[in-house]
Amino acid sequence: MPETVTVVVNGVSVTMPAGSMVSAAILKTGVTEFRRSVTGEPRGPLCGMGRCFECRVTIDGEAHCRSCQTICRDGMDVRTDG
Amino acid sequence: MGDALVIGAGPAGLAAAYRAAKAGLRVTVVDDNPAAGGQIWRGELAKPASPEAQAWFEKIRSVDIKLINGARVFQQPAPGTLLAETPEGVRELSYTNLVLATGACERFLPFPGWTLPNVMGAGGLQALVKTGLPIDGKRVVVAGSGPLLLAVAAYLRGRGAEVLLIAEQASQLQLAKFGLGLVGKMSQAFSLKRQLRGVRYLSGCWVVAAHGTGKLESVTLSRGSKRWQVACDYLACGFHLVPNVELAELLSCVVENGRVKVDQYQQTSIWNVYSAGEATGIGGLELSLVEGEIAGLAIAGRHEEARALFPVRVRQRNFARLLNNTFTLRDELRQLPEPETIVCRCEDVTFERLREHNSWRAAKLKTRCGMGPCQGRVCGGAVEFLFGWRAESVRPPVLPVRVESLIRSAE
Repeated sequence: MPETVTVVVNGVSVTMPAGSMVSAAILKTGVTEFRRSVTGEPRGPLCGMGRCFECRVTIDGEAHCRSCQTICRDGMDVRTDG
Repeated sequence: MGDALVIGAGPAGLAAAYRAAKAGLRVTVVDDNPAAGGQIWRGELAKPASPEAQAWFEKIRSVDIKLINGARVFQQPAPGTLLAETPEGVRELSYTNLVLATGACERFLPFPGWTLPNVMGAGGLQALVKTGLPIDGKRVVVAGSGPLLLAVAAYLRGRGAEVLLIAEQASQLQLAKFGLGLVGKMSQAFSLKRQLRGVRYLSGCWVVAAHGTGKLESVTLSRGSKRWQVACDYLACGFHLVPNVELAELLSCVVENGRVKVDQYQQTSIWNVYSAGEATGIGGLELSLVEGEIAGLAIAGRHEEARALFPVRVRQRNFARLLNNTFTLRDELRQLPEPETIVCRCEDVTFERLREHNSWRAAKLKTRCGMGPCQGRVCGGAVEFLFGWRAESVRPPVLPVRVESLIRSAE
């Protein structure tokens, strides 16, 4: 298994250790706003374990993916809602 | 004999699976996370952080267990059958005996600014760092309540974070009592103490507000009559733990005081459904392991071997009682939300809109509190503490699922 993977967050490439979660990759690029709440507030990860749904982003075109439960794969296209 | 299905691949689930498989049952373990280990052993399968974790992983590998990761159980269409959503679609899981080892999550309490990005759970930030977030040189305030705060602070520091302080809401007096009961856990406590040398641990201290534009920039802390502001990059804040009981409720198991009710063999009110670990009450790693072992043995009909473990469980339950009394939440925390502070983060329901209601059900009908994607998993622990409300019913699906999964479940 290669030791790193590279994903693209809002058009910016970021290289992570293999096995990293998408949530960590997003934060590593400096993006803290994962989504907008129903009243338009910026939100980011809270629980880190798949229960709060605050870290939802669009991954490879699929909306509402929990980034803290999704492992980075090479070439993955990640888009935040912020 | 037959098949056993275990939900949750944390310590309790793995211990149950090991005992049942060792006794000859065909065992399947299902977990929502991409890898086994639960929260406490997250990411440790390849690299165990303690000899105990190492020993358990070796035991697990020594028996034949089928592990299904990334699967979220969302419905029971008929007794003995569960549906789980996986990245590859819906999977039907059947069982003769079931073990619910669904663990716990942090209790989150609302205070002004708690919805800002970079305000996270204590375990939440730890999970992120364990899964690739660089924390080197970042300024972190760790706050809330419970022994998890110490473990998280030590872990983050070990990864290069600048842990500015640990704010524990419990009083010095409460903590001193806990210290006396810690004798059996001294070695663990001492190693944490060494790792945390130089970090301020403030008892009777809590965050009253988080500030920032777009993301966290600082927090205001309160201790006694003193209030002060601290600039930081992350706030890792959780108020001890809450059992995850929604799956048990979906299956109509009796849940009392927020815990799955079990008998001496960890059997729930439903004859072929067992539960072990934090779902039956917060008690930590050792209690989870022994409860899991008892459940696994009971399912395999090895009641005598299970009984031999009862004294261990008694000791661990005594410790758990002490632990939970020590970290009882103080009344002042109920005063933290301002009228406009959001309590339900999914539907952005404010404190002011909730406090006029007298039950969660009434609040749900009028405000949608707890009806968003998390289904009350976050605000449930908060409204329980703030207003004394508990969820009255759980309906399938217990998690948001894809429409195709719903269609499949209706077939």
